[in-house]
Amino acid sequence: MQFWIIQTLNSLAMGGLLFLLSAGFSLIFGLMRIPNLAHGGLFMLGAYVGAMCMQWGVPFWLAAIAAGLAVGALGTVLEGGLLRRMAGNEQGQVLITLGISFIIADLCLLTWGGDPVPLDAPRMLRPPVFLAGFAFPGYRLAVLAFALIVALGLWLLLERTRLGAMIRAGVDDRLMARSVGIRVSRLFSAVFFLGAFLAGLGGVIGGPILSAYPGLDTDMLPLALVVVILGGVGSLPGALVGSFLVGIIYNFGTALFPDFAYVILFLPMVVMLVVKPSGLFGRVTR
Amino acid sequence: MTLRGSRFWALMSLFLIALPFALPSDYYLGIATHALVLAILALSLDILIGQGGMTSLGHAVYLGLPAYAAAWTMQNANWPPELAIPFAIAMGTAVSALFAVLSLRARGLGFLMITLALGQVMWGAAYRWVGLTGGDNGIRIPVRPPVLGIDISSVRSFYVVVALALMVALVCIWHLERSPFGACLRGTKDQPKRMNMLGHDVWSIRFLAFVFAGFWGSIAGVLYVFDYLYVSPSSLSLPQSAEALLMVVLGGAGTLTGPVVGAIIITVIKTVVSSYVDRWYSLLGLTFIIVVSVMPRGLVPGLKAWFAPKEGGAR
Repeated sequence: MQFWIIQTLNSLAMGGLLFLLSAGFSLIFGLMRIPNLAHGGLFMLGAYVGAMCMQWGVPFWLAAIAAGLAVGALGTVLEGGLLRRMAGNEQGQVLITLGISFIIADLCLLTWGGDPVPLDAPRMLRPPVFLAGFAFPGYRLAVLAFALIVALGLWLLLERTRLGAMIRAGVDDRLMARSVGIRVSRLFSAVFFLGAFLAGLGGVIGGPILSAYPGLDTDMLPLALVVVILGGVGSLPGALVGSFLVGIIYNFGTALFPDFAYVILFLPMVVMLVVKPSGLFGRVTR
Repeated sequence: MTLRGSRFWALMSLFLIALPFALPSDYYLGIATHALVLAILALSLDILIGQGGMTSLGHAVYLGLPAYAAAWTMQNANWPPELAIPFAIAMGTAVSALFAVLSLRARGLGFLMITLALGQVMWGAAYRWVGLTGGDNGIRIPVRPPVLGIDISSVRSFYVVVALALMVALVCIWHLERSPFGACLRGTKDQPKRMNMLGHDVWSIRFLAFVFAGFWGSIAGVLYVFDYLYVSPSSLSLPQSAEALLMVVLGGAGTLTGPVVGAIIITVIKTVVSSYVDRWYSLLGLTFIIVVSVMPRGLVPGLKAWFAPKEGGAR
């Protein structure tokens, strides 16, 4: 019983982390029509930057925000400096994000070496929480709660603000959004910043669970791809539901069949591609 | 046209024949062999990209999977190479048919994303399923076994095998491009809706192209494991798929020479750089960014346009 409860909670915490990663990935894909293949790299960079800040004595939450801002700024620079010049050539843009991901991975390896860098959870959240006679790891509960708060915040941003309405318009019909006077290229920068910020933040929040290690980027990117294939491109509810689905499948897969964790992920993806290629909440048919 | 065609074949055969004599030692001929094996992989990927307009980021599956299949059956099941090779090619081709059905549910970048995810799944299986694949250690073959009684253990004899395979691949792909099927495939790239209206089954055309690419990729995979006598998860990894894609994009998609030139350049850069510093991934990433932003059409078409007689009017 304890096993199932702990694994379920682990799955939900993993789902929360995946949401931080894939919400931005999905929004960028929805708006700019490109899968940002550097997103796993941004997540990993966030984890490393957060670890570095904490070694300097910066408290956890501040380090998370600092890493998010740094990675977000990098994302904005990359979007404005490299991707914008390739506007219209979406395949070229994807290849550039792929090139960026290799460079980020290599520079992280150069800077922080090959050994995993651990990140400590904030002291307040380290002790287990006792509920109904069971012990729950406190930090994972906090991650889940934090992800849900971010989800709510993003939902409010997208549904209740002018910026959100413009982003939704851009996702639904970019040409029409342009023709009614929305500066879609500015939205690109905003969404890229937001996506990179969330990825960097997610890297630090995930640090106490995953730690920062070379290969974290290529471990996380396929999970984000599967989340978006399951949930649908450019949909926030899709990213949320997809993240928790992938979190549950991946976590139980790793716990029960460690050799096949990746292959088990592949099954829901196959089912979704056969049944509904646009994903659960996808409106954009690709 | 025919004159230019025959000039291509003459130059290509001359190049492949002259190479062992021009290179100073077996070390360099070994590198040339690596490059030509990857040239076959790049050519197979170009069937998808150049002819079909389908950019795949999971093509390393058809390099690594048959390589694993051949190595495993020969090492762990003691199959003779005459049995292991066809089995490995059949397995790679069968998996390409399965993955084609899944990836062709989407087009464009959705296709790219699905091929990438499928490739990572195969990489994860090779990496984690230690009992079958040996995990990160991979599978090693002590010596290159003779095939059909022919000894191919020396660098030179294996070079001849790879060069012949490359010529056969070039001839087959050239015929494919000139066939009605090739014309249909290019039609589905440029005008899928019109092709559909004309009564062509766009999905089947793409499916066949994908399987054909998987078949030639599998041949590259078998040659790869006979070349390196070793296979590890990195042969299935995203960087391997990206390298193959970069070879096509750098050399020029949609040409026969392009992928070969791209494979040679990338292999040379990789070998030279790895012998000095261990920063290959940064260079790979940088090359991607430069190639895509400076010459998106690739070297071969770019140089052709440069040297072509100006046919009046502005280009």
